[in-house]
Amino acid sequence: MFGLVPASTAAGSLGSLPALLAFSVTPMAHLKPLDIAVIVIYFGMVIWIGFYLKGRSNTSEEFFMAGREMTAWIAGLSFVSANLGSLELMGWAGSAYQYGILATHWYWVGAIPAMLFLGLVMMPFYYVSKTHSVPGYLQLRYGEHARILAAISFAAEMILMSGVNMFAMAVVMKVVLGWSIPFSILISAVAVAIYVTLGGLRSAIFNEVMQFVLIWGGAMLVPILGLVQSGGWTGLKTKIMANMHSDSYFHLWRDTGHFSANPMGTHWSGIVLGLGFVISFGYWTTDFLVVQRVLAAHNLRAARMAPIIGSFFKMAVPFIVILPGLLGLVLLQNPDKSPMKLVGEDVVKSCAVSASQDKIDDPGACATAMATKTTLPAAYQQKVLSGTSGVELHSYNQALPLMMVRYLGPGLLGLGITALIAGFMSGMAGNVSAFSTVWTYDIYKPLINKKGSDSHYVLVGRLSILIGVAISIGAGYLVQHAHGIMDYVQALFSFFIAPLLGAILMGMFWKRATAPAGFLGLLTGIVTSVSLFVWVKVDPTAIGTVALYPQATDMAANLYRALWAFLTTAIVIFVVSLFTKPRPVAELDGLVYGATILPKEDPVPFYKNVYLWAGLAVCVFAALNIMFW
Amino acid sequence: MHGSGIPIWFFIGVVLVIYGSMIFGYGVYEWQTGCYPPLVELTNLHTPVWWGGLLAALGTLYVVKFRPGRAK
Repeated sequence: MFGLVPASTAAGSLGSLPALLAFSVTPMAHLKPLDIAVIVIYFGMVIWIGFYLKGRSNTSEEFFMAGREMTAWIAGLSFVSANLGSLELMGWAGSAYQYGILATHWYWVGAIPAMLFLGLVMMPFYYVSKTHSVPGYLQLRYGEHARILAAISFAAEMILMSGVNMFAMAVVMKVVLGWSIPFSILISAVAVAIYVTLGGLRSAIFNEVMQFVLIWGGAMLVPILGLVQSGGWTGLKTKIMANMHSDSYFHLWRDTGHFSANPMGTHWSGIVLGLGFVISFGYWTTDFLVVQRVLAAHNLRAARMAPIIGSFFKMAVPFIVILPGLLGLVLLQNPDKSPMKLVGEDVVKSCAVSASQDKIDDPGACATAMATKTTLPAAYQQKVLSGTSGVELHSYNQALPLMMVRYLGPGLLGLGITALIAGFMSGMAGNVSAFSTVWTYDIYKPLINKKGSDSHYVLVGRLSILIGVAISIGAGYLVQHAHGIMDYVQALFSFFIAPLLGAILMGMFWKRATAPAGFLGLLTGIVTSVSLFVWVKVDPTAIGTVALYPQATDMAANLYRALWAFLTTAIVIFVVSLFTKPRPVAELDGLVYGATILPKEDPVPFYKNVYLWAGLAVCVFAALNIMFW
Repeated sequence: MHGSGIPIWFFIGVVLVIYGSMIFGYGVYEWQTGCYPPLVELTNLHTPVWWGGLLAALGTLYVVKFRPGRAK
């Protein structure tokens, strides 16, 4: 779920989430019985779906691949929903508050080209090879070593991500609603464990589609009402211009010609090559968490159409994520009706209030942080320092919940909170269902028990979900007590996904790529990425070399590190392949472009043609980028 | 969804009808009594009424269209 981490989280703010627990928090909202009823009904429904689908998840094909029966719409919505976690919702709203519409790059250039490429070009090979997983494709193409390396790294990543996500969601629930951490973790983890263990991937997909609808139903009112109050889009622009004295908040590309010209400190080359190519293609075309949803489609045409359908919804997500962040810039108010200014998590941490003493732990550090890192008025800073009642600091990541509390009354607020919980649960279900498949097919079966019966592997899959959830909970608590670990866990994604993309693209589009080259390329790519990360940690000035700019943000460093890891993998595969013996072309049927005869699809009416819809998606994508240039 | 009995869209319809009715009902109560939540903005728009009604109407459409046993 941290596939494409929000800018505010990538900058390390999640790393300070545990610090939020150290001080007393006044919950932002108090739920009424109607809100609680909405949430309870949601939990009842998702668990009931798990029980309902249990009888249809008896074979391994049904349990791990949902029987490959999903329509394009269901696979497409599930594909997008598995990525739409609560942290993404809140993190990107916070990023929009900080950086303006630049944050939209993660939804448009950082997703749409890759999703269309998956549907039009790569899906046929995944689908025709009948692989159960992405590591499974690597086994078919490069052999067992590459599969095991990819499977172990992916399984570890999924479980750790799930744990971190779970803990972060629980912290958010504590800050927003005052719920205790163990309560939030247990109730959501147990619900996910029940419905995925019972119904497998089918249950996960079923719930993801429902969660997608609830996310929209719960979150869409915030931008609608915000726009009404701010006088529409034109009114919003006018107010932001008046408040922020800059129109950079409304331009996607105009100010990316130089690192210092935009608040993100990034350059268009990093956005296009690092985000738009390596990270985006790596995530959307090789991360099994999302690819698994499309592999469950009922035929090749549906599998190709699913990411294309998903791309339209992905392009719409900024409406419920980015827009609330922008609206927060001009609409959020303190209790005394003065404009509210959100601050970074590091400032909130510096001004932490001791739960036992009810006063700021380190007033000096707090005063320095507010003076140097915020534009809070001096009078407000004094109120914070003196502990004036009702005066609090809120972080960027709280932009969306604050907007919800502003507009949503009883019932609607419950629906909004349900949207956040649904976002978390769809992400976690994606993590554990993908983990279960990779563990069973790519680790347990080849390394531990090759001759088990079909029912045995289903049992292993069910148990691995329960064990995976238990380890995730453990990882969540580990994070709570080891503050720095979250930075490293977030970096896991960039360690593995860029090299994986290099290995898969070289394998899928170059017949000459050999098995030893695939394994070595993957390994050296991972080692390169980890080494660059460690280098910058040990010597922070190295960021100038890694990210090509001394003042580059952590996020910009992530983009460039991914690019170098990808290039390393591709170059190693190219060079080693030239010195090793390739497989006969006949063995590459169904795996490699140019060596595969794709099955002929039945003729369909023009309005069901995948190229027509992909072309339309390209037009909408281009129009949006031009409109907000 | 092929071969899974009740279509997923039916479940979604049911959830939307339940949520929509609850929110709509509360909105009507709020409108009639004038008891609006104190810190919520734009209560004059009666959001729960039209949003709850919209969810319920959409849910009803899905329930009817995708009800179990309905011939395609």
